[in-house]
Amino acid sequence: MQNYEIPDVSIIDYGINNLKSVNIAFQSIGRTAKIIDAPEDVQSAKCLVLPGIGAFHSAMENLRKKSLTEPIRQKVKDGTPILGICLGMQLLFSESEEFGLHKGLGLVPGRVIPFKSPKEINIKGYKVPHIGWSELIFQKNSVKNTLLENLPEQCEVYFVHSYFPKADDAGTVLATAKYGGQEFCAIVKKGNITGTQFHPEKSGEIGLSMLRTFCNQNCR
Amino acid sequence: MEKIRIIARLDVKGPNVIKGVNLEALRVVGKPEKMAEDYYRQGADELIYIDIVASLYGRQNLLNIVNLTSDKIFIPFTVGGGVRTLDDISLFLKAGADKVAINTAITKNPDLITKASRMFGSQCIVASIEAKKAPENKWEAYTENGREKTGLDVVKWAKKVEKLGAGEILLTSIDKEGTKKGFDIELIKQVSEAVSVPLIVCGGAGNAGHIVECIESGNIDAVAVSSILHYGTSTIGEIKNHLAKSGISVRKNAKL
Repeated sequence: MQNYEIPDVSIIDYGINNLKSVNIAFQSIGRTAKIIDAPEDVQSAKCLVLPGIGAFHSAMENLRKKSLTEPIRQKVKDGTPILGICLGMQLLFSESEEFGLHKGLGLVPGRVIPFKSPKEINIKGYKVPHIGWSELIFQKNSVKNTLLENLPEQCEVYFVHSYFPKADDAGTVLATAKYGGQEFCAIVKKGNITGTQFHPEKSGEIGLSMLRTFCNQNCR
Repeated sequence: MEKIRIIARLDVKGPNVIKGVNLEALRVVGKPEKMAEDYYRQGADELIYIDIVASLYGRQNLLNIVNLTSDKIFIPFTVGGGVRTLDDISLFLKAGADKVAINTAITKNPDLITKASRMFGSQCIVASIEAKKAPENKWEAYTENGREKTGLDVVKWAKKVEKLGAGEILLTSIDKEGTKKGFDIELIKQVSEAVSVPLIVCGGAGNAGHIVECIESGNIDAVAVSSILHYGTSTIGEIKNHLAKSGISVRKNAKL
């Protein structure tokens, strides 16, 4: 079947507000992008993007209400590339401690945990949520076939979050960042699955370059 | 120390970016979407749009600007001016804004902060406070660009908006705004000691030295500048170089 109407990237909408920035960011690098919310659109997608903002459990609940969790899991297990952004990255993991323990999509083993509270950490200016630009610390000797291809060694990206994932397998952590003396997973990569705790669509030219790289590697 | 964010602030009136002194004596300095793109290229960490007469022109004006901007600007941006209801917030976020700044509506209805941060997440709710010096080392919160008094004490009000769920505070000194004579350091000290949410300070930057002085005076997270950029005194890059030389950590503008 000729599927010329299938865009390069299909952005999954589960009732969150700011999908426009993600959509436009892909279009600005010359890719076709479409916001989808039906299970059949997930099934026919070439490449999935799972954005996110808000609380973990309500996001999972919304995905379930739209009958999207199983199609996403199946599709990713079948090898379709997926990029999770911010909360969307956290949803890829097994579970999260946000507002009680809640199960995620379970595509990457690990748990989403909170930053230490400012009371526990005596650093001037330490505040939660972490809002701002932090430098990525590359964890691999080779960046080939990852988001980090073609980037300068010093990359700063934009974060807004109070929680971050702790991967069971350190080998899945492609890059970390530090905040308030805590080093956390900033990019996870496991086969066809990639997730960024930061917002590439809001990280200036560095972020756009990562999206370009992701598409070049994954949307053929 | 975490990286200090340098934010370009654009006050808009109708289709133009304007700039005044003490939020008065306004003059046109350019077109919002063009200036925004320019500051983005210079390496601004964020942008703030405030429609200073949203009540006169209606929200559609600002929505148009947000729509045009979000096509070209890939850094976070905040929109304020005329945000009164949860529906307004939703409209701006859908148009591509990352955060909304609210002043008048929350002084009249503080509960809006709580409702909005529950619905959209506190990270996108910025409480905007316009501060004007009052007797005895105190400041009074104003609205409508320094035209309307609220009777609220700025330091107490800042604590309250944090408690109600604001994710960030944008603190503008009406006395210093547009003067290019430096920040209200005492105001910044008092507010930064009173709150623990991220604090953006605004009003008075005439040169990069003023910004250094301001950052060293209190526990702040971001500085919003306008005159210094609009009139070409310094670019964002020049400001950041000066800050870095003074030992302040800032994001470098990536050249790819």
